[in-house]
Amino acid sequence: MLDVSELKTIETDVVVIGAGGAGLRAAIESSAQGLKTAVLSKSLLGKAHTVMAEGGMAASMGNVDKRDNWKVHFRDTMRGGKMLNVWRMAELHAKHAPARVKELEEWGAVFDRTKEGLISQRNFGGHRYPRLAHVGDRTGLELIRTLQDHGVHQGIDFLMECTALALLKDGERIAGVLAYYRETGRFVLLRARAVILATGGAGKAWRVTSNSWEYTGDGAYLAYEAGAELMDLEFTQFHPTGMVWPLSVRGILVTEGVRGDGGILLNKDNKRFMFDYVPEKFAAETADTVDEATRWLNGDKNARRPPELLTRDVVARSIRAEIKAGRGSPHGGAFLDIASRRPAEFIKRRLPGMYHQFKELAEVDITKDPMEVGPTLHYFMGGIRVDADSQMTRVPGLFACGECGAGMHGANRLGGNSLSDLIVFGRLAGVGAAEYIRTLSTTPRADDEQIKVAIRGATDILNRESGENPYVLHDKLQDVMEDGVGIVRVEDEIKQGIRGLEELKERAKTMKAPGTSQYNPGWHEALSMRSMLVTSEAVARSALIRQESRGAHTRIDYEGERDEWVKCNIVCRKGSDGHMEVEKVMRPAPVKYLEDIANSKIEDLESGKVGADAPND
Amino acid sequence: MSTLRKFRIWRGDAEGGDFKEYDVPVDPGMVVLDVLHRVQAQQANDLAIRWNCKAGKCGSCSMEINGRPRLSCMTRMNVYGPDETITVQPLKTFPVIKDLVTDVSWNYRQNKRIRPLKPKPRDADGEHRMYQEDVDRVQEFRKCIECYLCQDTCHVLRDRDAQDRFVGPRFMIRLASLEMHPLDDDDRIPEIRKDFGSGFCNITRCCTEVCPEHINITDNGIIPLKERVVDRYFDPIMYMGQKLFGISKRR
Repeated sequence: MLDVSELKTIETDVVVIGAGGAGLRAAIESSAQGLKTAVLSKSLLGKAHTVMAEGGMAASMGNVDKRDNWKVHFRDTMRGGKMLNVWRMAELHAKHAPARVKELEEWGAVFDRTKEGLISQRNFGGHRYPRLAHVGDRTGLELIRTLQDHGVHQGIDFLMECTALALLKDGERIAGVLAYYRETGRFVLLRARAVILATGGAGKAWRVTSNSWEYTGDGAYLAYEAGAELMDLEFTQFHPTGMVWPLSVRGILVTEGVRGDGGILLNKDNKRFMFDYVPEKFAAETADTVDEATRWLNGDKNARRPPELLTRDVVARSIRAEIKAGRGSPHGGAFLDIASRRPAEFIKRRLPGMYHQFKELAEVDITKDPMEVGPTLHYFMGGIRVDADSQMTRVPGLFACGECGAGMHGANRLGGNSLSDLIVFGRLAGVGAAEYIRTLSTTPRADDEQIKVAIRGATDILNRESGENPYVLHDKLQDVMEDGVGIVRVEDEIKQGIRGLEELKERAKTMKAPGTSQYNPGWHEALSMRSMLVTSEAVARSALIRQESRGAHTRIDYEGERDEWVKCNIVCRKGSDGHMEVEKVMRPAPVKYLEDIANSKIEDLESGKVGADAPND
Repeated sequence: MSTLRKFRIWRGDAEGGDFKEYDVPVDPGMVVLDVLHRVQAQQANDLAIRWNCKAGKCGSCSMEINGRPRLSCMTRMNVYGPDETITVQPLKTFPVIKDLVTDVSWNYRQNKRIRPLKPKPRDADGEHRMYQEDVDRVQEFRKCIECYLCQDTCHVLRDRDAQDRFVGPRFMIRLASLEMHPLDDDDRIPEIRKDFGSGFCNITRCCTEVCPEHINITDNGIIPLKERVVDRYFDPIMYMGQKLFGISKRR
């Protein structure tokens, strides 16, 4: 029988799981706090999903429009999140983002510049002013490379192509992680005093998604199994513009920057349909004629924003409605046209990645022809429930930040608020872990039994004589999620989805991967299925309970936002019987100045009539 | 709509291996990586492939396809003839781990040898000012997605005998992005010559040809670095100046 003392063992203070923007920023902070830090990276360093972020990171630096400040950013974020955001997190984010962006410059990031030589900022959906620091349409690459190149000089231990399998505990407290190296298939034991999860979302449970293979909800699964809570899982963002053709690239992201830079949406009759879908709440701040939208594009500061820049939930539903009404493009999407709006040189300079992507993958020249786009599962607003200031879960020593955490974005995330979220809350998680560790009088230590259980759970998949093919189960899961909890939802279909998930859970108990443990994708797929199934179940069960339509959660049997539902979050946890418990939890009341700012008229906020009493630090 | 295509895929590990043939149904619009995934899901669950974004943005799925170093996610099947057999093998310059996956850790070790940006102080108002025309070149280099196709094709590295003396095109442009960075306050020329081996590149431009990001690695990156090295060390007037008067030229 396995002897734990023979495992490769690393003793450290903090383990960060995930090496995207949030994980790297958390590790840099943890290390700066004087803690010995290890990072588990499921892929090679610098390849995490952050690399695919295109448009930019939102920070109210006011470099392009001086009227911008944290209060306007906070108000935009709350309105975009349909007031369900954790107030304190949206406040911290808006306040800290500018300093975090400038710090990246110190570490080597080279953002696009204004004429004055400052960091340039671009327009994006739901942001009142040009706010996104960017590098063409490859901002995520710039972020991850900057953090990577800075991080490797901070004494951090990077474990590449190393996947976490289970969190280890000593009583209630976190005591480490069991992981395995893909290259050799060997297990590694990391004994630690705190663990920071930064594992992103779980888009891979859907068929049409912008997410890469890594996005399987590992953090949510690990946290859930360790006793932490998941919150707001019903809010899964469908980005309005994914590629729809060819089929093999269906779902790949087309940046919102296309619309920020003037792109418009057309149906097959060449009608600019977004003017027909402006929600009441945003009507006062949205252009109502093509003429006004054009004036805005040409820089008229008195013109209101074009309807293509409404929040993602609104635009995604509008595109879907056009398709449903039979007015879609030939491959079942809408047309996104920038060719007729901007000169070819402008498009190539501002959107080089999109130009390249369409040319190479779809053989479309976006400087001449419109793109075909449709909604794609893009982002999890929900995730692991944390304390707003420290990012700690209810499990002592377990932290979460970035997409795998919950609360910051409420019911819908604004574009550009993700990259800033990563660096703001990544850093705060590092600070939180350091503060927690300072309070420890003894070092937690996991017993051998839980390590053995975790190893057996993984190796059983290889050792079984025969069993279910994990690829087949994953394929089935994608059908279940697409049909049961897609972009619009209804009770019968969600229930059908939950039944489908129950069936898959049973079948997953006997998954079999052929071959050895060395770099075995079938084995990895089987291990990921465990994460995807728990995360998917939380999405479906939460979606069933929330009987209203808010942000990214659309119930056709319960249309519109309902006042009683803004007062609560839906929380999932593992019950003592091993089944998932789902509960409506009342939200605490916000502090007054935040409530005033979020609900203010923009004129009142900008004149100082509202929000003047809010502390700026 | 799908047609049956013949794939020859290298299967094996550090101990050795061989090509195995697979007949795979291919749909219109597919890229090579899609076909490999189909093989993996239907015929060989344990076929090792490294990939992530499938959109040409992360640089993970580098391999050699019909003898050319390429990103498999950006190689459309219709660039090959309808009856052409597709041969897929791992990058030759790096040691094989398994099947199409190689050990590229050498590159990470080279990156770590490069000192990070040493930023000049901020202006009095707390800002760094740089102008777009001054950062265009640096931004071109920073488009690099670290796919290592340039490293794979560079004959100095491919022959393996100079891996301890030359960092390769990827890291020459990383050095160039620091050397030409308007905020960098460090002198990197001596190490670019001595430690990183700028002299080893003999400008065959193979790296530029395979770059999926279309970075002009040789002409915009390596040649200007070589010129700076020459100016410093081999310009006879500067050389005499250094020897006689201790003049050293800084950017």
